[in-house]
Amino acid sequence: MSEDTAQATELDPGVPILAMTQIAKHYGSSIALQDVDAHIHAGEVLCVLGDNGAGKSTFIKIIAGAHQQTEGTLAVYGHNRRFASPRDALDAGIATVYQDLAVVPLMSVWRNFFLGSEITRGWGPFRRLDVAAMKRIAKDELKKMGIDLRDVDQPIGTLSGGERQSVAIARSVYFGAKLVILDEPTSALGVKQAGVVLRYIAQARDAGLGVIFITHNPHHAYPVGDRFLILNRGKSLGLHEKADISIAELTALMSGGAELASLAHELERAST
Amino acid sequence: MSAATLTAADERVVRTNPLVVLLQRPEIGAAVAALAIFILFSSLTQAFLTPAGVSTWLYSASLYGIMAVAVSMLMIGGEFDLSTGAMTGTSGLMVGVMATHYEINVWLAVTIALAASLGIGAWNGWITMKTGLPSFIVTLSTFFILQGINLAVTKLITGTVAIQGMSDVPGFEQVKVIFGSVIRFGDFSLRASVLWWIALTAVATWVLLRTRAGNWVFAVGGQSHSARQVGVPVVRTKIFLFMGTAGAGWLVGMLSLFDVGTVQATTGIGQEFIYIICAVVGGCLLTGGYGSAIGAAIGALIYGMALQGIVFAQWDNNWLKAFLGAMLLLAVLVNLYVRRQAGVRS
Repeated sequence: MSEDTAQATELDPGVPILAMTQIAKHYGSSIALQDVDAHIHAGEVLCVLGDNGAGKSTFIKIIAGAHQQTEGTLAVYGHNRRFASPRDALDAGIATVYQDLAVVPLMSVWRNFFLGSEITRGWGPFRRLDVAAMKRIAKDELKKMGIDLRDVDQPIGTLSGGERQSVAIARSVYFGAKLVILDEPTSALGVKQAGVVLRYIAQARDAGLGVIFITHNPHHAYPVGDRFLILNRGKSLGLHEKADISIAELTALMSGGAELASLAHELERAST
Repeated sequence: MSAATLTAADERVVRTNPLVVLLQRPEIGAAVAALAIFILFSSLTQAFLTPAGVSTWLYSASLYGIMAVAVSMLMIGGEFDLSTGAMTGTSGLMVGVMATHYEINVWLAVTIALAASLGIGAWNGWITMKTGLPSFIVTLSTFFILQGINLAVTKLITGTVAIQGMSDVPGFEQVKVIFGSVIRFGDFSLRASVLWWIALTAVATWVLLRTRAGNWVFAVGGQSHSARQVGVPVVRTKIFLFMGTAGAGWLVGMLSLFDVGTVQATTGIGQEFIYIICAVVGGCLLTGGYGSAIGAAIGALIYGMALQGIVFAQWDNNWLKAFLGAMLLLAVLVNLYVRRQAGVRS
């Protein structure tokens, strides 16, 4: 499957991995998302910014196949798609790394890497894990992400939060993902660890992946992003190329411009 | 940039103390303790190291060991089974009643008892998974049900609380070859149960460390939510583990029945905690996701040696319980340390 999607990319690099047009999602009578346009090519980072309740989760869930859009089109490599399930999205090469990462802390790095998709050899009752191959692959794949572990046998719980995040990313890439959605990967991390994750995002991008990076922190988004989608109360406040927007404008847009300006003004007076 | 990450990674690896790496093996605490107990009783008593003495404590350890290995797998999978002790009685009684009272072919009776035991294990697993109740409660209820049935049904059918005349049943000697053989080398007698114990420990270790199923056992015990997300069949894995402990209960029931030719209706009651203690002493975490079958086997060895060693030393038998309690606390403290070192930061 990964070969198929790889070929598709090579066919026409100009076609975006994912393009969304006029996407809307209604839950009954409430509108969670409306008129959202976004697109992402291989080797790009699309940042989705928004405060709590802005519609970020709904946006991810549609791409990840957990929910279906009510209106609008979603095209993967130029073909209109509607994902019936997360499995569908995965088969199309779209993997989601959720905040809890789906790792088992006490298990070793390589066992976590292959959990649920273990490589085996041998036959019948002698079918066994191909430990050497899995260790080698895990080590190599992590090296591609810039994590050089001498010992992939260590429990994944001994890695830092940022490194665990990267293992989760490397795992989805190895299992065929061409587009990785990262759900708030930096929100629970300290400044230094967040930096580590941002570096891995850049590395994944340089390796030719598409990365959708969900965050509410413009300072994390701006350095790595190529394009920024800002959501506010379920509506898109526009899709901006990096060249067209500064970090100050981004911050202002994201937190509802005028409100923040007045807050800053208020705080300034209070502190003097 | 990548050079920076490289050095960072190396620093972290270097920092790991080799002693800590060794201590991270789940079996290590139990192995050290076993050696200490062995030296203690070998020097204290004459009988302990004689061929006959070794045969005695090995046999004693084997019956606990078979159960402890199965219980350790279940505990690694994050669940408890309190019905294991009663299960050893139930399976023996089933065969005894069927063979002596209803004159069912003894091979058939053994097979029916196996099927029934696995069924009870599957029931424990199914109820636990379907209701989401703690397995502690579910199997506690199974324990009391089995304990009651063992006594009441045996009394109802045979009029007594023990099975008699088992060794006169046709076919008894044939089945005994599998479950009750004794191979003698001079004074040393190797009982079938010891071989079963060793074989089961080997198979369990292989399954745990080298098969997909084993990987899933660690995963469902360590973080079942994550395991489910990456496609591990959590419910199926856990139900199989419950069937494993029940199946081990059947095996021990058969080993005792065909060794001595009789079984009491109270057989196995109170033993379930000893199996759990053996597994914990062997390095299993009570919270699941960590442990070893070899460790559990060593835990049972410690118990077997202490059990017989105290007899050889002619100490008051009650010291065994005190010893067991102290061992448990020690083991849990070692586990706690290991867990901190293994760094479950999240």
